[in-house]
Amino acid sequence: MGNVLTIFRRELTAYFATPLAYVFIVIFLVMAGILTFFVGNFFERGQADLQPFFTFHPWLYVVLIPALSMRLWAEERRSGTIELFLTLPIRMTEAVAGKFLAAWCFAGIALILTFPFWVTVNFLGHPDNGVILASYIASWLMAGAFLAVGACVSAMTKNQVIAFVVTAALVFIFTVAGSPIVLGLLQGWAPEWLLHGVAQASFLGHFSAITRGVIDLRDVIYFLSIIVAFLAANAILIDLEKAE
Amino acid sequence: MLEIRHLVKSFGPLVAVDDVSFTVPQGEVLGFLGPNGAGKSTTMKMITGFLAPTAGTAIICGYDIATRPIAAKRHIGYLPEGAPAYPDMTPDDFLGFIAHIRGFSGEEATRRIGRVVEMIRIAEVMHQPIETLSKGYKRRVGVAQALLHDPDVLILDEPTDGLDPNQKYEMRSVIAAMRPNKAIIISTHLLEEVEAVCSRAIIIAHGRILADGTPAALAQRSRHHNAVRLAIAGGSDANVKAELAALPGVADVDTAGDGLIVFSRGGHPVVGAIADLARERGWTVSGLQVERGRLDDVFREITAAPRPTAAAA
Repeated sequence: MGNVLTIFRRELTAYFATPLAYVFIVIFLVMAGILTFFVGNFFERGQADLQPFFTFHPWLYVVLIPALSMRLWAEERRSGTIELFLTLPIRMTEAVAGKFLAAWCFAGIALILTFPFWVTVNFLGHPDNGVILASYIASWLMAGAFLAVGACVSAMTKNQVIAFVVTAALVFIFTVAGSPIVLGLLQGWAPEWLLHGVAQASFLGHFSAITRGVIDLRDVIYFLSIIVAFLAANAILIDLEKAE
Repeated sequence: MLEIRHLVKSFGPLVAVDDVSFTVPQGEVLGFLGPNGAGKSTTMKMITGFLAPTAGTAIICGYDIATRPIAAKRHIGYLPEGAPAYPDMTPDDFLGFIAHIRGFSGEEATRRIGRVVEMIRIAEVMHQPIETLSKGYKRRVGVAQALLHDPDVLILDEPTDGLDPNQKYEMRSVIAAMRPNKAIIISTHLLEEVEAVCSRAIIIAHGRILADGTPAALAQRSRHHNAVRLAIAGGSDANVKAELAALPGVADVDTAGDGLIVFSRGGHPVVGAIADLARERGWTVSGLQVERGRLDDVFREITAAPRPTAAAA
């Protein structure tokens, strides 16, 4: 446990040691703002809630989260520090967990920094803050799932660009699977179980379920199991393919 | 302290390390020699638990690296090939991270970091990002990291690569000073380094151990062992050469610079016979030197041999 904390601290500091952290946070906030106010018609809707803000999170994450996860293992492979790191007396689970938690915590920090949206909506009206809190939790859980996929992809390559592109493609598929477009395409000819399965496997369905204000344990378990599954795959991949 | 048992590593059809076994007791500095691609680094990666061997294992202070990796790794200090370190960190943060992972905190961590910083002389760069450091400093930060927990087994892959001659000398002194309490393996290309710090040398090529002995014993296998370097007025005279070559025990005579070099047959001393002959003939000898043998000769002879064809087994 102590090792997880030590690795977590090193990784989190590593984000802030380069401009990556600041660039990421600024872009995230600016894009969230543009999408909420211009595309989401925050003011024109005349409703005191953050729905237009949260609606765009999955799509924002598709582009931005791979930038956080791409360095996790690819950078260690590229610089050769993976050999140093994995010959220290630590367990593979500690290494994987420490790295993932640092990235997840960083995503949490970026999310917390969107508090001006919350302040604004509370200033303008009387939103249901319970729903907003649930939506924040949903968003953070979804970010975790994206990051776990990204960490796993990063473990397979020493090229961060490849890690970025492959992760973005994977999480896009995961997200879009539950969108009305894909489900509409399937509707009418695909069997009910397939339609249901695709919708269930998608990030989007579970995310929007929570953002409606109901934290269903099944949605939480869905995201947590995605995280655990991809981190387990991450550990196995590193173990199999340490040198290259 | 360190026991290597029949290590084998193959990458597909390529056998990088082929049944390597040896033991390193406390107080020994083992020089691991071999041409590039001989399997030195691969062997070290297996001993330190980075690569899983195809067969065989390594026992570190009684712990099998395959079955008790954490306990074994606690006893190892390892400098990987190329001395990797996190480029964005300063040596101070980096060593702090290593100290925490090694289970030291607070006062104890500070004390241990202070000790290695003084030993390896990196105090003046402690607050610069590692990526901005010179090659020599990077290498020394890597060595400092390996020494932090005062390990029983020290495995250093090219510890002096990139250091200037003064720094090399210092690094060798550090290694020599630690020798009594540790089992140390260093890999190197520098044969003079083996002669300077190693109590034993292993030459490896094509993944196999080809020679194992003290540097002096290995040097004796050189044709320069007990050869005599001779400077005579008129030494290039064919007569002198012929007379020297006719002496019993002399294998060959060669011109070397201004003088001659007389190789002995089978490494038996010939200097007495040469001195007698010179006195008899009244040659003006201005220099006479017996050679101990050259490690680089032996190294080249052993490792330049064509790759042995794999046995049918």
